[in-house]
Amino acid sequence: MANKSQAVFTPIGLNKGNNGKIDKSVKLPPVTKKKHSELGLSDQDVVNMYQQMYLQRRFEERAMQMYQKGKFGGFLHLYIGQEAVSTGTVFALNDDDDIITAYRDHGWGLVRGISANEGMAELFGKATGCSKGKGGSMHFAKTKNHFWGGYGIVGGHIPIGAGLSFANKYQENGRISTCFFGDGAVDQGALHETMNMAQLWKLPCIFVVENNGYSMGTAARRHTVGEIHERAKGYGMKGAMFNGMDALTVYENMKKIADEVRETSEPCFVEIRTYRYRGHSMSDPQQYRSKEELLEYQKTDPVERMKTYLLNEKLQTEEEILATQEKVEEEVMASIEFAENSPFPEPEALYEDMFSGEPFFHDDQR
Amino acid sequence: MAVLQFREALLQAIDEEMDRDERVFIMGEEVAEYNGAYKVTEGLLDKYGFKRVIDTPISELGFAGIGVGAAMNGLRPIVEFMTFNFAVLAADQIINHATKVRYMLGGQASVPIVFRGPNASAGQLGATHSVAYDSMYAHFPGLSVIYPSEPDDAKGLLKSAIRNDDTVVFMESEQMYGLKGEVSDESDYIIPIGKAKIKRAGDDVTVVASGKMYHIAKQAAAQLEKEGIEVELIDPRTIKPFDIKTVIESIQKTNRCVIVDEAHPYGGMAAEAGFLIQRDAFDYLDAPVLRVTLPDVNAPFSKPLFDLWLPDAKKVVQAVKAVMYRN
Repeated sequence: MANKSQAVFTPIGLNKGNNGKIDKSVKLPPVTKKKHSELGLSDQDVVNMYQQMYLQRRFEERAMQMYQKGKFGGFLHLYIGQEAVSTGTVFALNDDDDIITAYRDHGWGLVRGISANEGMAELFGKATGCSKGKGGSMHFAKTKNHFWGGYGIVGGHIPIGAGLSFANKYQENGRISTCFFGDGAVDQGALHETMNMAQLWKLPCIFVVENNGYSMGTAARRHTVGEIHERAKGYGMKGAMFNGMDALTVYENMKKIADEVRETSEPCFVEIRTYRYRGHSMSDPQQYRSKEELLEYQKTDPVERMKTYLLNEKLQTEEEILATQEKVEEEVMASIEFAENSPFPEPEALYEDMFSGEPFFHDDQR
Repeated sequence: MAVLQFREALLQAIDEEMDRDERVFIMGEEVAEYNGAYKVTEGLLDKYGFKRVIDTPISELGFAGIGVGAAMNGLRPIVEFMTFNFAVLAADQIINHATKVRYMLGGQASVPIVFRGPNASAGQLGATHSVAYDSMYAHFPGLSVIYPSEPDDAKGLLKSAIRNDDTVVFMESEQMYGLKGEVSDESDYIIPIGKAKIKRAGDDVTVVASGKMYHIAKQAAAQLEKEGIEVELIDPRTIKPFDIKTVIESIQKTNRCVIVDEAHPYGGMAAEAGFLIQRDAFDYLDAPVLRVTLPDVNAPFSKPLFDLWLPDAKKVVQAVKAVMYRN
């Protein structure tokens, strides 16, 4: 404990004296009461959503194992626990709406059409990866599917997301852009500058904070003031906040917001409350939260919830779900084999993809 | 040949490229309704309208990033900074994003954008408005850095920059905007990026200088001529890619070289060119390469101190005489 006579700046965290009580870093609002059919989703859509979420989950669980086995290096930031956000969003958007996100990007890539093979190969740094092994875990991308990639500088891609929508508005192509980032990014100046301009210029962009409770090891209440979603008000921007542990809730809200942004060409600032089960990256000892807290949130697991929904609504039987799971498992295991058997980039690749036009390299000694 | 001010040459380049390509637009502080802080964009708003000539708030990081995103998504932005001293706030976008996006996504995107504005000092503006950033940007792979010295170079190179499929940093000077010079009448006048120009032929000493420093070096060359020293004056025009070939060929003739660079000494263009010269033209050199740069000191306000700080013709003359072992 800090000496009472000392000044305290940052609000004090878990380890330093809340007597072990569960300190929920994000409070989850209620999920939608509507059934998928009321939301305009077909039975098959929901089955597909489950399959997609299960793929994201198993892909990352296996990626984690491969990382621990030393199959690849670098950073590995897992999205586990947040799959409902990517999945609900992508089902709500048009296929040519633009998506850009931060470095916790595997789920986004998979749901926007990066195959398990291309994804796993990218993690392994192989030439067959979605970014040819040049990006790794943090820079999954598939621009032809309008997934503009994951970015590694916290908040750095926020103005770029607005720029994507600037171009959409300029070209009058009817597309909107969506820019996802973590709660840590809301403290960056780039967010403020971008939100001010986006509202002033009426850019058709949805800025989404995936508030998973932690900016690396710093709980939201320790790194930022007030309620994040209320910041929209300061910019005269429309805002929303909802539960991100339920794909149907995400779908319902994002659909409504996307329709409105497309219609009005005005931006929206959204806080989606979610939770990451794993550490910030693989090297995180997670001493900033209690096991009890983690267990609390795991009760709201988005993948399990969707499975329960499929069963309760009799959209699929236990056997059918098992078949889906087995199919996904095979896909993921095959992706590991694919990644292992794929070649590393050739040495020439070092100098490739630097330039769209005429290449030049200072003091090129090749 | 029309005689144009530097700013008029830039304006012509922007105007012609906006006319030619609907995807080109310009944004920055005061570029539209104010007609440009230095009148480079004068009249563009009236001609092209609010969609393509866009006033921004004072948010360099934000609008530079919006430019990067717009470039990735099919447009060709020209982003004007009121000075590159303010672009430091946007360095994350220029350095971490514009030049890296394509590579880290394995070639899946390109960023055809021009960041332009005045660079380096412009009189007694104090420490934060007086820094030359060309060498700093030249450090980063993928970035073309252009720093022309005369209206003709400015027009031809800016048109090239706007058409370039990758990111270009294009630097000007507040003190050169009113400078007049002949500009080619050629329709669609393009100067390729990365080509130096020998602007004065001479046999005695090769002097390399770009941007505002070119004019200092030119004054020095005129003084030296009176003393019977013929300077070969090379304007690299492009800091990166740097046309070392033209410089080396000149040194093979003169055997001596002075580099004038309005950067601080550590790791600047002068240091880099100097390294390449000693490695590639070692056997041709009759004297060590010398450089004239700023000292490793911030820009002072006070006039006598400022004059002491900034490279001038006198310092260039001294350096040239030193490499000739003359007093």
